[in-house]
Amino acid sequence: MSSQLPRWVDLGLIPVINLVLAFLVAGLVVVFIGEDPIQAVRILISGSLGSSYGIGFTLYYATTFVFTGLSVAIAFHAGLFNIGGEGQAALGGIGATLVCLAFNWPHWLIALPFAILGACLFGGAWAFIPGYLQAKRGSHVVITTIMFNFIGSALVVYLLVNVLKVPGSMAPETRNFAEGTFLPFVHEMLAVVGITVSKTPMNFASILALAAAFLTWMLIWRTRLGYEMRAFGFSEPAAVYGGIDPVRITIIAMLLSGAMAGMMALNVVMGFQHRLVLDYVGGAGFVGIAVSLMGRSHPVGVLLASVLFGILYQGGAELAFEMPNISREMIVVIQALVILFTGALENLVRAPMARLFARRRVEAA
Amino acid sequence: MDLDIAIQLMGSSLRLATPLLLACLAGLFSERAGIFDIGLEGKMLAAAFTAGAFAAVSGSAWIGLLAGIAASMVLALLHGLASITLKGNQLISGVAINFLASGLTALIGQNWFHQGGQTPQLSGSGRFLGVQWPLTETIGQIPVIGPVYQNLISGHNILVYLALLTVPATWWVLFRTRFGLRLRAVGENPGAVDTAGVSVVRQRYAAVLICGLLCGVAGAYLSTGMSAGFVREMTAGKGFIALAALIFAKWRPWPALWACLLFGFLEAVGIRYQGISIGSLQVPVQFMQALPYILTVVILAGFGGKAIPPRAGGRPYVKER
Repeated sequence: MSSQLPRWVDLGLIPVINLVLAFLVAGLVVVFIGEDPIQAVRILISGSLGSSYGIGFTLYYATTFVFTGLSVAIAFHAGLFNIGGEGQAALGGIGATLVCLAFNWPHWLIALPFAILGACLFGGAWAFIPGYLQAKRGSHVVITTIMFNFIGSALVVYLLVNVLKVPGSMAPETRNFAEGTFLPFVHEMLAVVGITVSKTPMNFASILALAAAFLTWMLIWRTRLGYEMRAFGFSEPAAVYGGIDPVRITIIAMLLSGAMAGMMALNVVMGFQHRLVLDYVGGAGFVGIAVSLMGRSHPVGVLLASVLFGILYQGGAELAFEMPNISREMIVVIQALVILFTGALENLVRAPMARLFARRRVEAA
Repeated sequence: MDLDIAIQLMGSSLRLATPLLLACLAGLFSERAGIFDIGLEGKMLAAAFTAGAFAAVSGSAWIGLLAGIAASMVLALLHGLASITLKGNQLISGVAINFLASGLTALIGQNWFHQGGQTPQLSGSGRFLGVQWPLTETIGQIPVIGPVYQNLISGHNILVYLALLTVPATWWVLFRTRFGLRLRAVGENPGAVDTAGVSVVRQRYAAVLICGLLCGVAGAYLSTGMSAGFVREMTAGKGFIALAALIFAKWRPWPALWACLLFGFLEAVGIRYQGISIGSLQVPVQFMQALPYILTVVILAGFGGKAIPPRAGGRPYVKER
């Protein structure tokens, strides 16, 4: 299908048109509510990119979405739709928290590798079971990951309320981590080299997110495993015929996907909140679906889409403040429209484009 | 456990099972026709909001119900457009519909009523109230049968009975009519149906719209029957429990009833008892809440009979050229 289209149309034009459509509809919703969409966009942009404070928050949110977006993208390449990022990230939070609380860590650099391990292990484990069940028992990974979101949420509530809560406290959250686990904030890092910016939650995990995007690219396009995953995702029978073990690929893809979702704990829990609170994921796992669809499952696309959603989250908060009629749920609507136009209604734009370019090719010949 | 508590618990199970049952049968129509629907939750939520809003504005629960059905059917049409006409990914479409409903209901609700996303409290004719069956006072005197008749069979609102009647109706439509045969056929082997000269597209749209209708009733029940108004995110995963029940029932109407009653019962027990002890073991309330999902995973994994979805499910039908 996509082979009929030039690369720049497939990877550039169509996503942009889809995005424009999504935002046009979102603009109509704003008009329907009785606000000025142009003004809304202006507030959105200035709130998210107009100051170092806004930019810091925008990139802090974007960092989270890079992890969850890459998580969905990795599974997509193997032909698996992992809707379980929300639960995997929640479990990853437990993993990172257990590591951070286990010792009185002397320095964050020592704690970090173990926290990464904890987050990946727990997030991966929560994706492993659906992956295993799909590979071995044929239960559809979409349904099982949905179920595991709910099971994971109940499990985390149980752990926070009964096990990890500070004794005597009412709030379902853990005690604060030792200072030796705090990832440095970007404003602190920049202060060392003499640059002053506003204090924001943006922290070292943003660098980890960039590294994760690069490693994902390496994995998918520069390793044998990545090749096998793509082959499997493209055509399962052909891949199996080519000697690729479907069980192995399904399980590994889900493990990696879950581990990546778990990594968001480093940004939010270890980098900013410094303790585990109830529902720290807050829908970011689902944003990952929109991010991955918009970014066409490519790490560069995921980075760009994450920044866009970071802008929406940060700018949306400002917008809700400036225009009380537009509550924060506007972000969820935009997220839905992005998923709808770039995912479900993709052929709305793609089919006419394919026809257009097919005709041009005939004329040229 | 004495009889009164048992009856209360069962009555509450029935009321909690009603929205699950309606949504589950909705999903059954859609998935039997080969259209996967993980957007049951979103359609219910949209219907719950619209029903609550229109019932509050008009003062009539019936107008609320119609509005709720309309809202749900619009989303169903969107799902049909994406997955039938445009041959898109049905799962992604479902995800989008869930978010769309979640965002729009909160956004419009806040903008319309300024009550933090809630709709105004309903009363009187704005709600579906319990229907007293004839002779409850007389029969209620009889031991055992009396309380059962008075408190378990009688006294629910009309949508509860409607949901129960939908079970045999669904069975009859699917397994005893030509329409049902064709509907199941497009879910198993659409090519064969097409060869027979029956429109796959029309048949699938019909199934998706029936799904929208039933989800609409389910949503309206939540805001105008079970509660007195809409609260944000009031479906709270019920659409997914309905989906779980559908798989649990292996896409069959009567087992769907039992699955929904079971899940309704689990919820009722979870609400009534905050944590249950079996012997010395304390079962946490969170475990009770997760149980429907755990059971579904167990069933999906093929323990206790294999759950095989309709064969053409999830795939758009492309005519051969």
